[in-house]
Amino acid sequence: MEIFSHLSLGFATAFEPVNILYCFLGVLVGTLIGVLPGIGPTATIAMLLPITFTLNPATSLIMLAGIYYGAQYGGSTTAILINLPGESSSAVTAIDGYQMARQGRAGPALATAALGSFFAGTVATVLIALFAPPLTRLALKFGPAEYFSLMLLGLVTSIALAHGSVLKAIAMIVLGLLLGLVGTDIYTGTPRFTFGLLELADGLNFVAVAVGVFGVAEILRNLENETDRDVVIKKVSNLWPSREDFKAIVAPVFRGTALGAILGILPGGGAILSSFAAYSIEKRLSNNPKRFGKGAIEGVAAPESANNAGAQTSFIPMLTLGIPANPVMALMIGAMIIQGITPGPNVATDEPELFWGVIASMWLGNLMLVLLNLPLIGLWVRLLTIPYYVLFPAILVFSAIGVYSVNSNAFDLFTVAVFGALSYVLIKLGGEPAPLLLGFVLGPMLEENLRRAMIISRGDPTVFLTRPLSAALILLAMAVLVIVLLPSVAKKREEVFVEEV
Amino acid sequence: MERLNRRDAALGLIFFLIGAAFAVGSRSAEIGTAFRMGPGYFPLLLSFLLMLLGAILIAGSFKGENESFGQVPSWRGILLVLAAPVTFGLTVRKLGLAPAIVLSAILSVYASRRSNIWLAGALALGLTLFCLAVFSYGLRLPLPLFGPWLRF
Repeated sequence: MEIFSHLSLGFATAFEPVNILYCFLGVLVGTLIGVLPGIGPTATIAMLLPITFTLNPATSLIMLAGIYYGAQYGGSTTAILINLPGESSSAVTAIDGYQMARQGRAGPALATAALGSFFAGTVATVLIALFAPPLTRLALKFGPAEYFSLMLLGLVTSIALAHGSVLKAIAMIVLGLLLGLVGTDIYTGTPRFTFGLLELADGLNFVAVAVGVFGVAEILRNLENETDRDVVIKKVSNLWPSREDFKAIVAPVFRGTALGAILGILPGGGAILSSFAAYSIEKRLSNNPKRFGKGAIEGVAAPESANNAGAQTSFIPMLTLGIPANPVMALMIGAMIIQGITPGPNVATDEPELFWGVIASMWLGNLMLVLLNLPLIGLWVRLLTIPYYVLFPAILVFSAIGVYSVNSNAFDLFTVAVFGALSYVLIKLGGEPAPLLLGFVLGPMLEENLRRAMIISRGDPTVFLTRPLSAALILLAMAVLVIVLLPSVAKKREEVFVEEV
Repeated sequence: MERLNRRDAALGLIFFLIGAAFAVGSRSAEIGTAFRMGPGYFPLLLSFLLMLLGAILIAGSFKGENESFGQVPSWRGILLVLAAPVTFGLTVRKLGLAPAIVLSAILSVYASRRSNIWLAGALALGLTLFCLAVFSYGLRLPLPLFGPWLRF
């Protein structure tokens, strides 16, 4: 059995002392920023990228991955205790989790979230180990047309996730794609949109753009209305769920895990989509849907399992195809490139220790999170009493150091400021930053594969529909788009996102 | 103009103008054909799409509800938040890492309405020590603590 030798190699790598240490640091930092509102995994990983320069590739990816799924855990803690989702993927958890906390059942809610996430994480680890090799083999058959169609699917999925108008989300993607094209054209060496600036010859620095869009713009939003956060938390007692609770959550945890694992693979999908979907499915399947919104434990179990499974399976397109499913994955790809590894189907064969080590570390990290989170809940919650006027200067300074250290280039810090200002304005007007950043990341790859596909087909655009794999991906993308635009779904979608606010 | 949705109109206008700017920029690159796309082909396509989307947004905004823009931070706050990273970038090479951290920390503290001199001093000191410990000693980032302008 191939899978066992792969996994044992992975666990041997993950259990090296240095990797255990950095895995721990990663989930610790992840939980921390997950608990703190106003800073998310994208900005954090961008800030900490320079740390990885000194580490070996496997260790650095293990740590960065830990930050990503650690943030999902931390986000759900605050969602349950004070109705303040630290991360957008735990927004649904707040609906019923906070109600449970108000009824004095914060303990079982937290334990359900942690255990559900751990179960989902375990299953997702096995699923990645099972499906990564065949997907890698499939990926080797991918030509430019398939890559193009897959990225198109990813971009369309990210529209489905946008909160507001579909039109605005599409425009944000197109804007992102255009910004991604800034720099020297790879085929002809023609500089594009560089205004003659040498600093733009290699394009806009992704880390700087990410920090501007997700870090600085978020700080500006938080400074709009500086009020004290009232953090009054009763002591969390009797953590363990009752026997009835356990019975109630088994099925939702399974369903959430399955749903999250599937949606996570779609580029552009991932954690947020799966938690919303899992919640609405539980509500529909329930004998008594009225309980939802009033402290139903299923409403915590399903989305928490789903978002953790989705967070983990979103590594699959990154590790097998080199296509980032979300901005966090784009940063991971950046970290790999810095380390001299070209992401793509060859990583699994050329760097088996890295590939399987990262996968195995996710299970280890999930275990650490359960052990770290449940007993230390009180400590995490106390972090919320750090006032924002202390927090944001620290975020700004760390970001500045992080961005500067990537290229030692002052220009990148202007990029931070410009993109911070631009995306703040866009956010104020209803344009969302996530589709923009995904477009920015995929822009150059999308263009390259489009041009290659058209050269191979001698200018015949039907190539995207005549190759079966590509056609299937295009059809799926169309289906997602149609579903999003259907009047009934569009209405439902608005309702879901209104509930979140 | 009571029925103009100002948020949509403004966003549409921004998209349209950025699209137009990129369209103009694309024209200086070779467009090529669908078979052999030049460096200007895909950007020009996207620019037109962005202009179209902007125009649709503007058109739709005339029969909407007027939405308010909501609260915004003080001008001082906005400018200081944007100035802090830029200042860091401009000073880190010449003044060195430590002064650059102090400067950007102080600038960002004053972006908040709750800033005062004690908070600025304490945060600047704490952040500098922490960052030096992590980035200079821990990670050995190759940045001098004090740059050429401060060496005697």
